[in-house]
Order: sequence, then structure tokens, then C-alpha cells
Amino acid sequence: MNYNLTAEQDMIVRSLRAFREQELEPYEAEVDRSGEVPDELGRQIKRKALEMGFYAPNLPEEIGGGGLDYKTLALFERELGKTSYGLHGYIHRPSEILLACSGDQIEQYLRPCVSGEKKEVFALTEPGAGSDILAMATNAKRDGDDFIINGSKHFISSPVIPDFAILFAWTGVQQTKRGERKLVTAFLIDRDTPGFTIERGPRCAAQRAYHTWQLSFHQCRVHQDQILGDEGQGFELADKWLKMGRVWVAAAACGKMERLLELATRYATERKQFGQAIGKFQGTSFKLADIATDLQAADLLVMHAADKADQGIMEPDDAAKAKLFASEAVGRAADSTIQIYGGMGLMEELPIERLWRDARLDRIWDGTSEIQRHIISRSLLRQYES
Amino acid sequence: MKILVCVKRVLDPQVKARVKADGSGVDLANAKMTMNPFCENALEEALRLREAGAAEEIIVASVGGGKTEETLRHGLAMGADRAIQVVTEEALEPLAIAKVLKNVAEQEEVGLVLAGKQAIDDDSNQTAQMLSALLGWSQATFCSDIKIEGDKATIIREVDAGLETIEVKMPSVMSADLRLNEPRYVKLPDVMKAKRKPMDKIELGSLGLDTTNRMTTLQVEEPEGRAAGVIVNSVGELVEKLRNEAKVI
Repeated sequence: MNYNLTAEQDMIVRSLRAFREQELEPYEAEVDRSGEVPDELGRQIKRKALEMGFYAPNLPEEIGGGGLDYKTLALFERELGKTSYGLHGYIHRPSEILLACSGDQIEQYLRPCVSGEKKEVFALTEPGAGSDILAMATNAKRDGDDFIINGSKHFISSPVIPDFAILFAWTGVQQTKRGERKLVTAFLIDRDTPGFTIERGPRCAAQRAYHTWQLSFHQCRVHQDQILGDEGQGFELADKWLKMGRVWVAAAACGKMERLLELATRYATERKQFGQAIGKFQGTSFKLADIATDLQAADLLVMHAADKADQGIMEPDDAAKAKLFASEAVGRAADSTIQIYGGMGLMEELPIERLWRDARLDRIWDGTSEIQRHIISRSLLRQYES
Repeated sequence: MKILVCVKRVLDPQVKARVKADGSGVDLANAKMTMNPFCENALEEALRLREAGAAEEIIVASVGGGKTEETLRHGLAMGADRAIQVVTEEALEPLAIAKVLKNVAEQEEVGLVLAGKQAIDDDSNQTAQMLSALLGWSQATFCSDIKIEGDKATIIREVDAGLETIEVKMPSVMSADLRLNEPRYVKLPDVMKAKRKPMDKIELGSLGLDTTNRMTTLQVEEPEGRAAGVIVNSVGELVEKLRNEAKVI
């Protein structure tokens, strides 16, 4: 395995770094404080990202995307992950599940998301169905050629109010050896569909400028042409296209860790107490060593998963291991960095307390640490179970 | 008009330079390298001249070993049309580089050479001047503004006393200062396109030039560490210290 950057990857990372430093980071503190990205700023980021070809880097070139491989995408997420999601969220990476669009759906949903004309949300999580996704209450009942949808979704994240939702709802049940199992179908639902309402979710301690939305469906009627993929195949579709989400959370955690390590190391050489730089005290320097080691290990796990994904052989536990380790390591790194800075680490004028709050979310979204451990252990135990 | 842009691969300015243990030079093994920032300004200016219709083709050229190709690819990704690498593993002095570039400029029949005013590694600030002399062309160094009209160019130069406006005859060799422009970021699709743009490689030996170095490096040392500063409480105290301690006023 060779994870040294290629010349092309190096150029892309440099360009993204310059973009982040000049177009995103200067606004980071302000949008975190207000919890809002002004419309004009959001439009500016999006316009510049489109000009730079950064928009939709994860989708194939044939439909206007960047066509990057998974390793380069990991570097992309790592670099942007250093700053607020509320800002880099405007450099949209449309859900890859939209590649399942067929017929008219391609022109109506897929291409507009690549060109920046439309923005989707991925609506799976419910108040009563988080990790236990089969507890899903949102349902769609067939009525002739239509479906009638009832239910609600929450924690549906997007920097802006979406144009349409990729909604998961159960449409039937299947008898299996272990009892009944819900059959879930994915639908594409336009924002102006009668019976569909969107409201802003509660204010969050992490990623403050990145919003969550609550989606409610009340007798919402949609035609069967709005099904994405096949009826009853929603989970299979999600499994096929969403496998990388956890790797991207891990990659972004690595980006944050790198930023924390830079901040901590610089301060450890500048700050003097008892007549010497605090980095001379092992209480400080060993913390730096631990962050650096965690970062390298997390980077390797991310690149290992992305490399396997490029070869088409990534297993769910590869992504889970990267996500589990990187998200927990960034939490430790943020905590240590605050400790090195002392009281200053918690002050809003430095980015550390923000990174600390943001890092906390990484252990939760795209599957909690507990779910990742479950996936990893399940893949181990299955080898010996009859 | 064709423009030749000379670019140099240097240690990334964000990386701290480390001197080799034997004092023979700066340790570049595994160090992060990049295009010299002034060369980026030169290339950016060439791109703008092409966009304004003053040039048809931009060639980036560099003299160096294997990885020099990466720096040239960066130039292609920024927008140059093709690249020429004159291959040598030896570190050449400015005069030798100027001879090589003269050869390239003549072979390619370019009407303008743009270079960085100096490279941030050795800070020689000689190649553009020597190249202009060897070619017998006009020179405009430390440019912060370039306007080309027919066979003349009007240049604003950054000199110690301020800004100097001069007029030079074309063809010319010009060197870019930092304030000439703001180099663009590389666009993602252009990184992919750069892979497919032509890159010629010429062995230095095949040019039949005398590129022998005339200097010998005796010793390279890191600068002495800077002593900690002092915070003064008043202007009066500052003046007093400048006069009596630092003895600079």
C-alpha cells in the first residue's frame, strides 16, 4: 500500500487549502456565533466552488461531476473538514444514491444537483428510529398508481432549505426466519408537494451553522414514478451508495486533528512558564506525541478503507474502524489541546472550543461509536458462528 | 506571440528549512517542494496576457531532475499549454540556467520570457537579467504591472525608492514581483487535463552547452536563533533603548 500523495492529489489538496483559507475560514467564527450563514455568503461560496470545479466532486464526470476516486475524495473531505460544515456544505457533494435515478429523474433530480440548481436532503432518521432503523414509523401506502405518505423525519441536515427529499418510508412487510421485516422504499419528494412540510430543527452545540431540518408528511400523495430505485429495495439502495459516509466523517475528523495538532504544537513552543516553553514539559509534549500518533493511525485507517473502496473490496467494518477510531481520536485531540492552552483554549476568540464542540458530533452522526463497534464485532463473530 | 515562462522547483515556503548535518546544503530529501511563488506570479501574468488576446501559447520550462515534472504539471494545471523539462540532476548556477533557457527561447521562437524576480531558495535574482543579456533582448525586472502594445511594453517596476515606469522594446525578458498579480487556484478539472497536456523532456547534455558551475559551496549554516524581545512601556523608553542599547538612532 502506498498512501503518498500523487502529484495530482497534491495539487488538489493545495488548491482546496487555499480555497478554505481564503473563502471559508475567515467567516468561521462569525457563522458559528450567529448560527447562520448569510445567503449572500452561501451563494458566493457555491459560485466560486462551481467555478473551481469543486462542486459534486464525488459524482462521475459523465454527468458533470468531478469524477474523483475514493482516496482523493478522502483528501477532499479531510481538507474541508478542518472548517465549519455550515460553510463547506455549500460545496455540495450530492448524495451518491442519486445515481440510482432513472428516466426523467436524471434530468429532474440528478443533474440539477450536480449543476447546483437543486439541493437534496437524505431523510432516513426519525425521532423514534435512530440506530434502530427498522423501528421506522414513516410509511407509504399504495393507492392505485400513487402512494400516500405519513410520518416525520428529524436531524435531516443541510446548510439550506432543500428542494427535495430522498425519503425512506416503509411500504410493506416481509416474512423472514427471524419474523417480520419492514420493506423500505426510497422516494424523491419535491418540497412543494402538498402534505409535505419542512421546519428548522433545534439549535445544536456542534456545527452550529449547519442546520438540521424536521420533515413532516401528512397524507402526502406522490406518484409511483417518484420511487428511487425499486419498490421495497430502499435499504439495499442505501447500503450500495452510502457506504462511504462513515469514511468521510473519519477523514474530516483527521482534518480537524491536524489543525488541532498545529495549534497545540505552536502554542507549546511559544507559551513559557517556569522559565521555559511548556513543550519542554513532558506533561505537554507527551500530549502532542499522542495526538500525532492518533492522527497518523486515523489517516492510515481512512486511506486503507478508501483504497479498498477504489478496488471495490471495502467491507462495512473497514469504514466502521476508520470512523470509530478517527472520531474518538479527534475528541481526545481536542480535549488535550484545550488542556495545553489552559483557560485560553475555552475562549471563543480561538477556534479550539469550536473544534472541540464540532468533534463531539463525529462520535454520533453516521452511526454512533457503539454502532461502529457492533458492526466490527459482528464481522468478527460471524466467521465462527454456524 | 508565444510566451516562455521559466519556473523553479523550491522548498515549500511553509516548511522550515533544515541544514544537512555535514553543512553541505539544505536537506531536501523528503521535503515538501512547490513552485517558486514569484514564478507563479510570472505564469499568472502570462495566462492573463493570453486571456487578453496578447499571446497564443504559453510554454512552461524548468531545469531539474525527476520531480521537476510535478512542478511543470502544476504549471499546466494553472493553464500553460505545454511544458519543457531540461533534465539534469545537477544543481546549476544562474548563468548555466540562463544559457539553457536561451536555447529553449530560441528553439521555440518565443516573443516574451516571463520569470520570477528571484527564487526563494538561493535568492540569486540573476537568471532573468543574464538571460536578457545572452539573448540581447530588453529587460524589465521586478515588474508590478505589464502592458504590451505592439513592439513596446510599458512596465511599472518596484524599486527601492518606489515605483518606476519604463518602456521597453519587445522581445523582452521580464521578471515578476509579488504584487504583479494574485495567482489563481488550480481548478479541479484542470488538474485532470494537465495530465494529458504535452511535456517534452530534453537531456541537458544534448544541448552542448558549457554549464560548469563556477562557485563552490564551502559551508551552509542555519541562522543564529533570535533572542527574545522586550516590551517597552512608553515611546520615550523605546527611543531611549534604540539610542543607548541598540545604538541604531
